[in-house]
Amino acid sequence: MSLAAPAPRSVLRANLSRDDLMMRAGVVALAAMLLLIVGLPLWALLAKGFEDRDGKFIGLANYVSYFSTPALFDSALNSFHVAAAATLIVVPLAFLYAYALTRTMLPARWLFQGISLIPIFAPSLLPGLALVYLFGNQGFFKGMLGGPIYGFDGILIAQVFYCFPHATLILVTALATADARLYEAADALGASKIRVFFTVTLPGAKYGLISAALVVFTLVITDFGIAKVIGGNFNVLATDVYKQVIGQQNFSMGAVVGMVLLAPAALAFVVDRFVQRKQVALLTARAVPLIPKPKFGRDVFFTAFCTVISLGILAILGMAAWGSLIKYWPYNLSLTLSNYQFANFDANGWDSYFNSLRMAAGAATFGTVLMFVGAWLNEKTKGFGAVRGIVQLLAFLPMAVPGIVLGLGYIFFFNAPNNPLNFLYATMAILVINTVAHYYTVGHLTATTALKQIDPEFEAVSASLKVPVWRTFARVTAPICLPAILDIAIYLFVNAMTTVSSVIFLYAPDTKLASVAAVNIEEAGTTAAAAALCIVIVITSATVKAMHILADRFLLGRLQAWRRR
Amino acid sequence: MNVAAVRPAAVALEGIAKKFGQFVALRGITLSISPGEFVCFLGPSGCGKTTLLRIIAGLERQNAGVVMMGGRDVSALPPSQRNYGIVFQSYALFPNLTVARNVGYGLETRNVAKAQIEGRIDELLTLVGLAAHKQKYPAQLSGGEQQRIALARALAPAPALLLLDEPLSALDARVRQSLRHEIRALQRRLGVTTIMVTHDQEEALTMADRIVVMNQGAIDQVGTPQEIYRHPTTAFVADFVGSMNFLPGTFVAPDKVKVGGLTFDCPAQDGLAAAQKVNLCIRPEDVAVRDLPAGIANRLPIEVADLDFVGAFCRAMLKARAAPDITLTADFSSNLIRDLGVRLGSQLDIALPPDRLKVFAA
Repeated sequence: MSLAAPAPRSVLRANLSRDDLMMRAGVVALAAMLLLIVGLPLWALLAKGFEDRDGKFIGLANYVSYFSTPALFDSALNSFHVAAAATLIVVPLAFLYAYALTRTMLPARWLFQGISLIPIFAPSLLPGLALVYLFGNQGFFKGMLGGPIYGFDGILIAQVFYCFPHATLILVTALATADARLYEAADALGASKIRVFFTVTLPGAKYGLISAALVVFTLVITDFGIAKVIGGNFNVLATDVYKQVIGQQNFSMGAVVGMVLLAPAALAFVVDRFVQRKQVALLTARAVPLIPKPKFGRDVFFTAFCTVISLGILAILGMAAWGSLIKYWPYNLSLTLSNYQFANFDANGWDSYFNSLRMAAGAATFGTVLMFVGAWLNEKTKGFGAVRGIVQLLAFLPMAVPGIVLGLGYIFFFNAPNNPLNFLYATMAILVINTVAHYYTVGHLTATTALKQIDPEFEAVSASLKVPVWRTFARVTAPICLPAILDIAIYLFVNAMTTVSSVIFLYAPDTKLASVAAVNIEEAGTTAAAAALCIVIVITSATVKAMHILADRFLLGRLQAWRRR
Repeated sequence: MNVAAVRPAAVALEGIAKKFGQFVALRGITLSISPGEFVCFLGPSGCGKTTLLRIIAGLERQNAGVVMMGGRDVSALPPSQRNYGIVFQSYALFPNLTVARNVGYGLETRNVAKAQIEGRIDELLTLVGLAAHKQKYPAQLSGGEQQRIALARALAPAPALLLLDEPLSALDARVRQSLRHEIRALQRRLGVTTIMVTHDQEEALTMADRIVVMNQGAIDQVGTPQEIYRHPTTAFVADFVGSMNFLPGTFVAPDKVKVGGLTFDCPAQDGLAAAQKVNLCIRPEDVAVRDLPAGIANRLPIEVADLDFVGAFCRAMLKARAAPDITLTADFSSNLIRDLGVRLGSQLDIALPPDRLKVFAA
């Protein structure tokens, strides 16, 4: 019968509906936006590395001079050295901790989980300050280290504290998704505990371990705050960028160091993406979740282990808190709140804190809308593959870019006199934009994951019912994704409160942020006030997070009755 | 006067072709569906049936071909400018809206008075027998109830065409049975033209006015359930719909096929060459056993090689005693098993009635 009617050869040009056109326009706008806040600043940075101080093109001369300056090149080696060491320490510790949280009968699990997250709520310079109190020139335990804390050892200890929650979160996720049937099968086959660990547990967490290692390595390489506070004469890449730009006003060389810094972070990112792609879903819909059973020896060991780690984290936080309350370390240990009168230490006083709040609120609002609507547009627009591909690439790029590199790119791009956008320079807006861009990837991924989990046919049903797509977005898609939307907002808020690296180049006197003020105060030598400011930041972001958890548990349950079965 | 000339086909497809990269999903599909008809697209996964449905819905774009709906060329129109309701296997109910708001979803943007919308919602919920659940959320309903809500939502704006994409596949067997009848009765009552995609032949046989059997992106056969089952025109249809014995043999005369050294009478065939390799086909339930008259055609002494108890009947694996490489299955009723004392190893005579035999080129 197919012989009877030869197929018409016309290539069909589809009529696009109003919805389709609107969404395509949205995707184009999004691509342009991301190009502006991610792509072009990085391009400006790349270009700057090939210019001399007067802006003339000089090819690779800057790179040649970089690699032939031993002091600068040593920083790269130092960065690698400390990042590798931190990775080797953090990943096993975090693995054991995550194992305790997911696979044992750990008492007060929520408490241990909460404590492990604390470092996320602090600016990275906080552990540095605490170590100065403990082991610094006037520290309690100064003699114990056998040498000064400033340098490799100090950076390493502080980095372990700072990176621990990131690795733990990844490994908890990796270990939580286990299929009890595999363990039952291994038991039934008579495999020993050790063999089960090496043939079932470890392979199941393999990708999590690789991912955690890459994340820790990247965090250490790109972190600025810790090396700044406790690095002493031990130079690393991130502090070199700062010194070149702020200290010597050598922007071209700063750009070169930035590019060198970009390389390992980008490499780690590419490896991680590659590994993630190889990972297949271990947990099928039919899997039986693994519920740990009591086992005395194991439970005691892991409870002790987690207690030690938690005490370590609390000790560092507690030291910073205590130090911030002390009159004159170490001579007058009586308590005072005078260190919290920031006006005595920094011209901005408490204003920098309120700037931080405004910036964090702005980034959480603007960023969440942009990321969620953007992810929705990119996910739901039909066809239009090329532009959507560009959006996807630009959305992933920030993950691979250290904050300090992005910040530098912003100077070059937005401060260029011929850029019509340079009115943004030195405003609160640029801090918000920069923060949103810096943390774009995680928000975009969170939104995309949430959108992928809802029925892909909602839009098809709406179209068949002749309901415009934006109406379904507002009435169905966004309400369903509310938990993910809140997650993104909180993530942005907390990071905006604590970030130092990218905004340190971008603030103006009246838009200085609390985290930056802490760096300045510390630079001026007042450790106690810097610690006080850090503590205020920790309290703020931890409170916001706690409110989020409470809202998630109680408010959402009441507002969204439909989630109950 | 020809009726079809007055009322244009509800859906007319002409030369629909679709490729996904190198993969050819549809190769020139031409088909016409009359108003009020219930048509099933039946075929194995990957045969292109869902793609064809999505092209009719405007959710996929064909590379070539024309889609007409009620005489209107909709080939290039987006879904919202065609006129149909659709139900998916996943229900795709909006989880955060009540049953009533789900059913009313397509009415609320159409400038219809509120009272009228509520009336229509009640009407449809009564129609699917779920009026009591109006204020519940989808998650509080069973799978079968959710699918009925999805049906009510699709029908609410009174579309000219109803598309069902494997609507029963996610449900358990018992619910599936009752929903089959419910959907069919509803469709007859409303007279809405309906296209359903399914891979379940029983579903297609019980529900459809006409079945479109698809294979590898093309239509193999179109016909009523009886035609498809009784007179399959291709080996694929014969095999896919119902059970069928395939006995490989050689075509020796217009009405003779030789299998394993034995010659069988069959209906006269044309289009087959002498000595051509063919398959001689018979359905298990068509194998004759009882009261075989002397001189019956295609008598075959066999031995029972295996017996599978299936409940209402037994499926028997039979070996020809004269040619042990001829094996076929036959359905023996429980009565027959008892009356003839059939058991493993029993020897008896069967016959393959020539009018029940099909011959397909191998």
